[in-house]
Amino acid sequence: MKSYVTGAVSALAIAASSAAIAGPEAEVLHYWTSGGEAKSVAVLQKEFADNGGTWTDMPVAGGGGDAAMTALRARVLSGNAPTAVQLKGPAIQEWYEEGVLADISAVAEANGWADVLPASIAGHMKCEGTWCAAPVNVHRVDWIWANAEVLKANDIAMPTTWDEFNAAASTLQAAGIIPLAHGGQSWQDATVFEAVALGILGADGFRKAFVDLDKDTLTSDGMIAVFDQMRTMRGFVDPNFSGRDWNLATAMVMNGEAAFQIMGDWAKGEFMAAGKVPGEDFLCMSTPGEGFLYNVDSFAMFAVDGDEKKQGQDLLAKLVVGKNFQEVFNLNKGSIPARTDVALDKFDSCAILSSEDMAASSAGGSLLPSYAHGMALRGAQAGAITDVVTAHFNSDMSSADAVQQLATAVANSM
Amino acid sequence: MIKWLEDNTPKMVLAPSFIAVLIFVYGFIAWTAWVSLTRSRLLPKYEIEGFIQYDRLFASPRWDTAFTNLFIFGILFIVIAMILGLLLAILLDQNIRTEGALRTIYLYPMALSMIVTGTAWKWILNPGLGLEATVRGWGYENFTFDWLVNPDMAIYTIVIAAIWQSSGFVMALFLAGLRSVDGEIIKAAQVDGIPTWRVYTAIIIPSMAPIFLSAFIVLSHLAIKSFDLVIALTGGGPGYATDLPATYMYAMAFSRGDIGQAASSAMIMMMVVFTIVVPYLYSELRSKDG
Repeated sequence: MKSYVTGAVSALAIAASSAAIAGPEAEVLHYWTSGGEAKSVAVLQKEFADNGGTWTDMPVAGGGGDAAMTALRARVLSGNAPTAVQLKGPAIQEWYEEGVLADISAVAEANGWADVLPASIAGHMKCEGTWCAAPVNVHRVDWIWANAEVLKANDIAMPTTWDEFNAAASTLQAAGIIPLAHGGQSWQDATVFEAVALGILGADGFRKAFVDLDKDTLTSDGMIAVFDQMRTMRGFVDPNFSGRDWNLATAMVMNGEAAFQIMGDWAKGEFMAAGKVPGEDFLCMSTPGEGFLYNVDSFAMFAVDGDEKKQGQDLLAKLVVGKNFQEVFNLNKGSIPARTDVALDKFDSCAILSSEDMAASSAGGSLLPSYAHGMALRGAQAGAITDVVTAHFNSDMSSADAVQQLATAVANSM
Repeated sequence: MIKWLEDNTPKMVLAPSFIAVLIFVYGFIAWTAWVSLTRSRLLPKYEIEGFIQYDRLFASPRWDTAFTNLFIFGILFIVIAMILGLLLAILLDQNIRTEGALRTIYLYPMALSMIVTGTAWKWILNPGLGLEATVRGWGYENFTFDWLVNPDMAIYTIVIAAIWQSSGFVMALFLAGLRSVDGEIIKAAQVDGIPTWRVYTAIIIPSMAPIFLSAFIVLSHLAIKSFDLVIALTGGGPGYATDLPATYMYAMAFSRGDIGQAASSAMIMMMVVFTIVVPYLYSELRSKDG
């Protein structure tokens, strides 16, 4: 027994000393495990290795990141945090408040991040003024996807107002086509809801409601109108939508069973994978209304001990925001680069539209975080809103009741 | 020395598991109770703040749904599974030829995991794929069976799937009970000309009281800890219409970073278990003393 322990200890000592000779090291916890995502991470891994680093991969699949967060919690509580973790939105600040994030301001300033990132996105990467995370990509959430052939056959243009959308949907319904492909999972209900809310409340109203949680806006007539529109949309989905996965809804648009889908630009990946061409087979447009709802993936940097690990962290941060990685990764992932100075020659027309809209809305102050995808609010508040949205969408609750419940639920989640 | 070993070996053998239970069951119950009194969010905190988490819990309409569902699901599941199990056991007890094969068939669902049961029933009950579509395909165009996607009825689909899964097991319990009833008494009753149904209601079933109790305890803990079946069958939907306390706790702890809230819901679940188990333990212990 004793000799076994000594053996194990000396093996550890050897492992530790051999690690000491190596260059930059990074242990990266992420949940990009599906086909296209895994390919995207491999790009970063290779680039990291090319720069002399040693990458320890720690992919944790499952539950849309829930499993990865559980793993992270265990690692942090045991005092052994990974170097970098795929985190996003206010969760970064939440971890910062636990006092476990590192300061990477030196890298950020040396590489001029403040000049190349849109201001509101850069804001998510800072913790009380210091940089603590590196953005990877920008997904746009408020997209409406359509089957080009179905629209043409029914002589319908892409809707630019919600009234036009409702009119188009009624026409399609009369023609026996499902107007809106939708999956009845609470996050999908929330995705549609926030697109509608952005259209009806406008950028300022959206910010007041879902970033500042302003009680007057949450109970305003505008919000009642948002729930009214959700009730109308409920009539445009097929009766069998409960529990359907988002990619099955996308498939319904692809094969012409349904006309529209409101979903983030990961839906584009499904169309592309099926060999469809944007502009010809399927159409993409922002949902009716001004603004841009973003969902930005990022790596939060955790406080680590040891020079190799710190070097690894800095190298990783530099590479992640580097032009080359931003281009290659986002081509694989279907999103657009977070930095605004990457050439978009290789990107498709939907991505180019997204990038143009991002620049325009950033200038116009309507570049907003998505609440449904955990960018605007912390888990408890966002979850409370989603509970009301999904309860309203899946029952006959009146809009007035929904608005009251919304205000109560938000207050109760604090 | 040997004498000492003889006296103390049982204690030494039992000590590790006793300590493990002490820490990993009762220790963690105490820890959860503590955390439920704090404002813990992402990570546990230890400053006691009173009963705020319980106030939040009882103000939440979602918890309301989850808690009501526990009673709807629990009562229907336990009562129907026991009645069905008893009927199957009585029917199988009639000395029929293919009993072995039938018993295996009825017991088989128990061998499946709840995830498989949930997924299979999800397809069977899906209006566009399963029963409804099939019956409409036979020409009954007005046939509707959309419980799975109807928020008011979805909880009953969980009851159906859970009963399908467990009634065979209850049947096996009852069958063993029926076989253990003294054959002489039954024969005596038959000689007296008492009809079979009276033999069952007046002699056999009352003498199986302990079996009822064990079946009840097994089924009620299955009902309270139900989680995987809901996740596989409805995912808690439509909306959160089929949430149960266990899925509520999971959502709070692991999706929303609201550990205090999750801990308070776990404590309430534990209290529900205690209200069932404590009287049972009490009656068991007392009958042994007496």
